[in-house]
Amino acid sequence: MISDFNLVPLLPEIFMALTGMGLLIVGVSQGNRATPVICAAAGAALSIAALVLLSLGWDAQTVMNGMFRFDEFAGFMKLLVLIGLIASLALSSRYLTQEDMARFEYPILIIFAGIGMMMMISANNFLTLYMGLELQSLSLYVLAAFQRYSVRSAEAGIKYFILGALSSGMLLFGISLIYGFSGTLDFTVLGKTIIGLEQIPIGLTIGLVFLLAGIAFKISAAPFHMWTPDVYHGAPTSVTALFAIVPKVAAFALLMRLLFQPFADMQEDWFQIIYFLSVFSMVIGAFAAIAQENLKRLMAYSSIGNMGYALIGIAAGTAQGAGAVVLYLMIYIVMTAGVFAVILHMRRQGLAVAKIDNLAGLSKTEPALAYGMLILMFSMSGIPPAAGFFGKLAIFNAAMNEGLYVLAVLGVVTSVVAAFYYLRIVKVMFFDEPADSFDKNEGSFARRVVLIVSVLFVIGFIIKPSILYECAMHAASALFTVAG
Amino acid sequence: MEILAVFSPLFAFMVAGIFGKSIGDRGCQFVTCAGVILAALTSILLFFDVGFGGHAYAKEIAPWIISGDFNVSWALRIDQLAVVMMCVINIVSACVHVYSVGYMSHDEAKGRFMAYLSLFTFAMLMLVTADNLLQLFFGWEGVGLASYLLIGFWNHKFSANAAAQKAFVVNRVGDFGLALGIMAIFVVFGSISFDTIFEQVADKTEVTFTFFGHHVHALTVICLLLFMGAVGKSAQLGLHTWLPDAMEGPTPVSALIHAATMVTAGVFLVARMSPLFEFAPTALMVVTLFGATTAFVAATIGLTQFDIKRVIAYSTMSQLGYMFFALGVSAYGAAMFHLVTHAFFKALLFLGAGSVIHAMSDEQDMRKMGGIWRKIPFTYGLMWIGSLALAGIPPLAGFYSKDIVLEAAWADHSWFGNYAYWMGIAAAFMTAFYSWRLLIMTFHGKPRADHHTMEHVHESPPIMLAPLLVLAAGALLAGAVFYQPFVGSPKAGGSAHGEAVTETAHAEKPVAHAEKPQDKAHNQTPATKIKALSADISAEMTEALETVKEMDAEIAQGTDRHIFWGKSLKILPENDTVEAAHHVPKWVKFLPLVVGTLGIALAYLAYLLSPGVPGRIARMFKPLHILFFNKWFFDELYGQLIVRNARTLGKAFWSIGDQGIIDRFGPNGSATTAGKIAKALSRFQSGLVYQYAFVMMIVAIAMVSWFFFKSGLRDLG
Repeated sequence: MISDFNLVPLLPEIFMALTGMGLLIVGVSQGNRATPVICAAAGAALSIAALVLLSLGWDAQTVMNGMFRFDEFAGFMKLLVLIGLIASLALSSRYLTQEDMARFEYPILIIFAGIGMMMMISANNFLTLYMGLELQSLSLYVLAAFQRYSVRSAEAGIKYFILGALSSGMLLFGISLIYGFSGTLDFTVLGKTIIGLEQIPIGLTIGLVFLLAGIAFKISAAPFHMWTPDVYHGAPTSVTALFAIVPKVAAFALLMRLLFQPFADMQEDWFQIIYFLSVFSMVIGAFAAIAQENLKRLMAYSSIGNMGYALIGIAAGTAQGAGAVVLYLMIYIVMTAGVFAVILHMRRQGLAVAKIDNLAGLSKTEPALAYGMLILMFSMSGIPPAAGFFGKLAIFNAAMNEGLYVLAVLGVVTSVVAAFYYLRIVKVMFFDEPADSFDKNEGSFARRVVLIVSVLFVIGFIIKPSILYECAMHAASALFTVAG
Repeated sequence: MEILAVFSPLFAFMVAGIFGKSIGDRGCQFVTCAGVILAALTSILLFFDVGFGGHAYAKEIAPWIISGDFNVSWALRIDQLAVVMMCVINIVSACVHVYSVGYMSHDEAKGRFMAYLSLFTFAMLMLVTADNLLQLFFGWEGVGLASYLLIGFWNHKFSANAAAQKAFVVNRVGDFGLALGIMAIFVVFGSISFDTIFEQVADKTEVTFTFFGHHVHALTVICLLLFMGAVGKSAQLGLHTWLPDAMEGPTPVSALIHAATMVTAGVFLVARMSPLFEFAPTALMVVTLFGATTAFVAATIGLTQFDIKRVIAYSTMSQLGYMFFALGVSAYGAAMFHLVTHAFFKALLFLGAGSVIHAMSDEQDMRKMGGIWRKIPFTYGLMWIGSLALAGIPPLAGFYSKDIVLEAAWADHSWFGNYAYWMGIAAAFMTAFYSWRLLIMTFHGKPRADHHTMEHVHESPPIMLAPLLVLAAGALLAGAVFYQPFVGSPKAGGSAHGEAVTETAHAEKPVAHAEKPQDKAHNQTPATKIKALSADISAEMTEALETVKEMDAEIAQGTDRHIFWGKSLKILPENDTVEAAHHVPKWVKFLPLVVGTLGIALAYLAYLLSPGVPGRIARMFKPLHILFFNKWFFDELYGQLIVRNARTLGKAFWSIGDQGIIDRFGPNGSATTAGKIAKALSRFQSGLVYQYAFVMMIVAIAMVSWFFFKSGLRDLG
């Protein structure tokens, strides 16, 4: 059956799956008392998986009968996913007890979502792809509704589940059309088939459209974004942080692998879709956010807008563009983690609050936090010398090199609009009359570390931007060198 | 070393400006004074190295702009012209810095004031050491900025703010000309670096611009445009209205910026660009006419003013006129000579006036002074020295420089040279007259101030008097000492040669010795306080004495002006008026002195002996008096012709153009639109799952339709 039985590239996934199941047994036998231990163990497991990943040889190889592909791009993106998972787990730990939802399934679900994402990244076959995607999605549906006594959380879970199911349907429909018109599910074979075609059959194009629609839902690109604000708003904040940070990376990696490898020859077609998604996402992300009062909703629109910028890099269709996307996502997840560390800190009289007005006068009550947030907001709006500026710079640079002037100019214009709401937060923090101060959180050590690391990254990026830029470019070039 | 001389004021400015709050007023005062004094000492060393050693050089610091053919670097051009200016700037600035410590002792923002002074000093140094026109322009604007900040230093006074704005705006007119001139130079020469320009200048004398169908001589146009900048900065007639108003600033500022240094930037500019001006005789003629007329008009106004600082301000303007007509007759060395001496005695006069104002509890109107010379004898004596120098009485500095300027004008043997000479003689007469009018009204006669003020009259503290001493030494000696190197004796043999040499040698020997006892006397008279003065100042005094001694040695060797100026000034042989000035008839040489003495005598007569005379004369020549008293109605003329119209136009642009169009459709409009879009978009966000699902499906179907539609087109095509 399986001719090249080489499990080495799958070691991180296998390790995580085994740990996850082991922890589940522990949880079931020990009950919720074990939650802190399981949280710590999950964090450790993710870290160990990252180390295992780093110790692998990152040469490109396809194993499991062409089902699973491992190359530098996959390795790098998996590393980002693992870092994002660790960060969101660190952000959650204290919040779980505060919100009375410290149940042992939480970290285990995060681990399983992680496995799903890593499978997505390494997928070289539509079946692998779908399996990873569903594993990820199902875990996330549950997480969204994790605060099951809260109506909002339950509503968010249901909404996410229904619309997610719809998008999965679209995805599957697209896959079946592609299978029907090409006769294969394997990416490598599919790529060769498409090159061999004299004319692309319309069915294949339609399949691609549905496939992209399904993935667009996962990355919350407009106009498939409608779930995002509601789910971000309703889900427990720690879960929102997870949503904002990690799944996008995996979905983007999947998207890039699909478009740059098997569908590289259909660039003319997918370019139009990506272009359209990018324009919509940027405009909606920038404008709709202006009217928001709630920070979590605001971050939802912010993430929509940011996905729009990242899509510009894909639309460029070059290795440079892909590298820019990787860099952009990397900076994005770090910044987002920092912002959520601040949001999770916002509690008054034992209740989580997330209104922008709640930040009023933060510079007086908690100056350190306010300055951290200030730096993150400057970075988000792309003001140099913060890291966010370089992400945008790389993206626009790639777009300009491919002559995508409209996208670049629109990107700049929407950044200006978006700067309004980022800077409004700064204004509220620094110039408005102080509101009551937040509860003094004792011992939220992990969260503080996330915030500090994030802020330092954002400031320190300028010192040697080339390191991470080179890494991102190198990882992205792996998509192109071994294509087909 | 040149780095130290130029950048230590900048360093001081940054320290005082940024850390002003943490190091306190004392710290600011110390760091700025130390910075500028250090700069002064190093620039004196540079002066000997470059001026007498002849080691002119340019030092490149960093590339600045490289864009196509346009190539500019930050560079310091340390040649004779630059070191002369550097010495003047740094020494006067050091005096003013120290003086300000005392003068501003009651002010609340001492640190800020000191920081601005240092900033000014740095900008001025950048101006004079520039190796290209852009860097010069940088310094030029820098001093404009510092001047603006310092005129409006007391920003709670409306008049100070208005004066600061006026200075800025009027200067802008001149700067516009300068900027155009620089661009024109780039067009003609393809470079704005001095060396490149000067090398090519002889080949470019035939170049013309076509301007509305007329061919105009390029060099003349360039020179006139540059001169326009000089007119603005140096307050020559037409763009002079800001200078009297600038007296709203604190008095040390008037002394430093509006007497000794910044206003002479125009003179420096023309001298620096002398290789160009030499080939543009028409431009030189214009310079002469402007200078001579300014000298005369400003002196007439100075006769009638009552504000002590304004009198000196008009006197400054008049003296600047002298410098310009000296430039206009190609006597660049003479102009620079007058610049140096003027810097010393005019700064002395201003700081002396400041000392008077300080003593009179901030009274500036001379009609409310009088009879105070016994109470402030020290200031009185120093004001005498300044006035004598200004009036051109030998052997003080002004005598040498003013005489050579006037002789050069006469020796030009052109109609405008003659015009300048006679205007200069008339102005010299008036200068002497109003100087003594000032002295007598301020110090003599019956006290006209109220009892309370008179009780308060007191001599200034030593920290204010010590800098005055340095300047007084300059006012006494600078003329005699620098006569030889700056304007020199005739190079050809003949009787005039020997005469001049012996004359100068004799003239300056006794002076050099006379200074020492006087110095000692000063040290003893105002009690022992002087001894407590900072070591810096005494070091500077000894430095100055050493300077004099070394000068003696140098002059004994017969350093000629050509050797001294080296390549920094260019004079065509046929234009060498300084040379000719040494061979003018005796009466030309003595006339300035005669009218000067006459002016002093008349002032005594009119204001001390029979005080009714001025009033009667004013009534007799009523129209003339009105004209002079109202400053020839320049302000009113400009107010009616330009300011009012500009205001109307500005209002129209503001209300129609800016608010009506740009704001309405620009920032405000787009902000409202963005808000509306946001509202509309959030209405879409209904929260209903089936609507979301519907949108997703619709979009997917739309995309599919699009591709069907496209493939249909493709199949059809």
